[in-house]
Amino acid sequence: MFDSLSDRLTQTLKGMSGKARLTEDNVGGALRDVRVALLEADVALNVVREFIDRVKMRALGQAVGAELNPGQAFVKIVHEELVHVMGDANDALNLATTPPAVVLMAGLQGAGKTTTVAKLALFLKEREKKKVAVVSADVYRPAAIEQLETLAGEVDAYFIPSTAQEEPAAIARRAVEEAKTQFADVLLVDTAGRQAIDQEMMAEIQALQQQLMPVETLFVVDAMTGQDAANTAKAFNDALTLTGVVLAKADGDARGGAALSVRAITGKPIKFIGMGEKVDALEPFHPDRLASRILGMGDVLTLIEEAERKVDKRQAQKLARKIQRGKKFDLEDFREQLKQMANMGGVGSMVDKLPGMGQLPANAQAQLDDGLFVKMGVIIDSMTPHERRFPDVINGSRKQRIARGSGTQVPDVNRLLKQHKQMQKMMKKVTRKGGMEKMMRGMQAMQGGQAPRPRGRR
Amino acid sequence: MSEQAQQSEKSGFWGKLRTGLGKTRAQLAEGVGNLLLGEKEIDADVLTELETALLLTDVGVDATTEIMASLTAKVKRRELNDTVALHQALADMLKEMLCPLGRPFTLEGIDLPAVIFFVGVNGVGKTTTIGKLAKRLQGEGHEVMLAAGDTFRAAAVEQLATWGERNGVPVIAQQQGSDSASVVFDAVQAARSRGVDVVLADTAGRLQAKTNLMEELSKIKRVVSRLDEAAPHEVLLVLDAGVGQNALSQVREFDAAVGVTGLVITKLDGSAKAGVLFAIANETQKPVYFIGVGESVDDLKPFSPDAFVDALLSGD
Repeated sequence: MFDSLSDRLTQTLKGMSGKARLTEDNVGGALRDVRVALLEADVALNVVREFIDRVKMRALGQAVGAELNPGQAFVKIVHEELVHVMGDANDALNLATTPPAVVLMAGLQGAGKTTTVAKLALFLKEREKKKVAVVSADVYRPAAIEQLETLAGEVDAYFIPSTAQEEPAAIARRAVEEAKTQFADVLLVDTAGRQAIDQEMMAEIQALQQQLMPVETLFVVDAMTGQDAANTAKAFNDALTLTGVVLAKADGDARGGAALSVRAITGKPIKFIGMGEKVDALEPFHPDRLASRILGMGDVLTLIEEAERKVDKRQAQKLARKIQRGKKFDLEDFREQLKQMANMGGVGSMVDKLPGMGQLPANAQAQLDDGLFVKMGVIIDSMTPHERRFPDVINGSRKQRIARGSGTQVPDVNRLLKQHKQMQKMMKKVTRKGGMEKMMRGMQAMQGGQAPRPRGRR
Repeated sequence: MSEQAQQSEKSGFWGKLRTGLGKTRAQLAEGVGNLLLGEKEIDADVLTELETALLLTDVGVDATTEIMASLTAKVKRRELNDTVALHQALADMLKEMLCPLGRPFTLEGIDLPAVIFFVGVNGVGKTTTIGKLAKRLQGEGHEVMLAAGDTFRAAAVEQLATWGERNGVPVIAQQQGSDSASVVFDAVQAARSRGVDVVLADTAGRLQAKTNLMEELSKIKRVVSRLDEAAPHEVLLVLDAGVGQNALSQVREFDAAVGVTGLVITKLDGSAKAGVLFAIANETQKPVYFIGVGESVDDLKPFSPDAFVDALLSGD
């Protein structure tokens, strides 16, 4: 995501970083490029204008310090202003109230409200340890309620049933009562998608908000939205008391100008960003990290946080001890590594966050397909436990059996065995003195920072 | 919503398109409105305002630059002397740009059953469009069948089934998580044996940057073409009217994966403008077959470039 904008700005600013001083002329040229890049990224026109004015004002009046050259100073200004436009710091949900804390979702049709409800339910359950109930007040779209029911089952949230024959207000009233009796901490209320100019529908959600008195009213906006994001966000913000914004579908190649626009126009913080179709693909929105990503500086912080949260530490430590004792890194361990990598959202999601990776050509990025790792896992699954522990016993006929069992070809099996050998070699270096530090650098990208790092050895 | 549906087709349609495009009109009016105030000298301010108006409707930097360059050249050659003439020139140019996109949708010349795929990113309204088109084709006397190819999203099958029930159209479906290629294959086979004219195949929404999901689309196409080499006869890319410049990438990537033959623009009843159509027209000549102007089943209309531009520019 945001790659194209990042490419553009990085290209433009690369030219800047060689300049001896910031002049009206060279800043002007760079700013024109930034303007076009932002417009192509669907940032609202008046937001672009303000942004350019602020950057220009600061750049020309800038006393360049000793530690930065003018070009770097310019990059820093653009970065800071990007962060500023998107809202400076992350705003968390404010759920401090007598339970159940009600969260109301609003947005256009197809923005991603229902999926966001499921993701948010999982997020609150896993990371905030809340008991979450969900209900759908979408009585218009066919099967909208069934969709939420299925998703609620997937994330194990308490689903309060409703039917298309009920009034949204009646559903809401009943849901709050039921959430209370179930001792739910949070009640997430999904609503029907509506156009901002549909007065009847806007009146309906206004009434819902007045009735529910939600602690949070979140506006869900599609990252691919064009200039209309500004109008819609404003209309919803005028009709409802919004408390925050969720940027959905931000994992595509949309440049996500909506993120910059919505915050600037409504003044309401972007609280979450949807990064995929799976229910765990919701991340708290960090303007500073996203700005770094837009400028091609990477997002290592998110990567580390993800590693800490999703990697099974006990497993990692067990493996670390095993390797240290000089035991071999066998295929069973290899499979464990693959599994943990999948837990982190796969290679693609990790590489996305590494510095400089945004500049890889798109087709090279596409090749970092997770399918390869799934295939490797399947090949190992087709081996007997004995073969996994002692890969050397795998001869020609065993290879054929494994290939058949995993639906692959013998060369695939060979490739896997070779890769395993290489990893084994790398692991051996660890046990040598000082080898650890060196290996960590090589391994981190590959293993998603989960490489065994025993305490006290740094 | 039901009163809306009961409105007479013509006035309902125009009313909706006008309300829908009202926002666009209001915005273009800022730029174009001045043109309408009467004969006035064309100066740099007038042109800047016009450029702003175009950018605000998602026309995009490239297409806007092109339109402005052409208008400015005409002004310089003294072909356009006042703002009224400029307005006329703009309208003509916009219509000319969209003209190649206005081709009618027809099943003529197709060996039935015709197989039509619906593809697009998440949440653009593929399933709803299928529901509406099924009704329309039935009205034209065709036997229609729906294939629930979105096997990924929760309750997508149920959503399509509801549309099938409403219109009395058979729906071929398997459970969630099954292979969508096999669902569509089954549907085409069933359509052949039952003598159905048209199979409308739903697919799961997918972001065009996801290589593996785009591969899956190609696979559906490959599998279906085993039954009939010409199938799918049409691949309709559904676009949300609110989409910005990302629409260009959507058209490009979906075309590369499955060969898009036409576009459908949905949700034109909102404040979104679909000005990106001009940017698309600048790059490719895919016809826009239908536009969606409302939520009821009769709100899917054929696209007319002239009517679209007129609604966009008319000042009232």
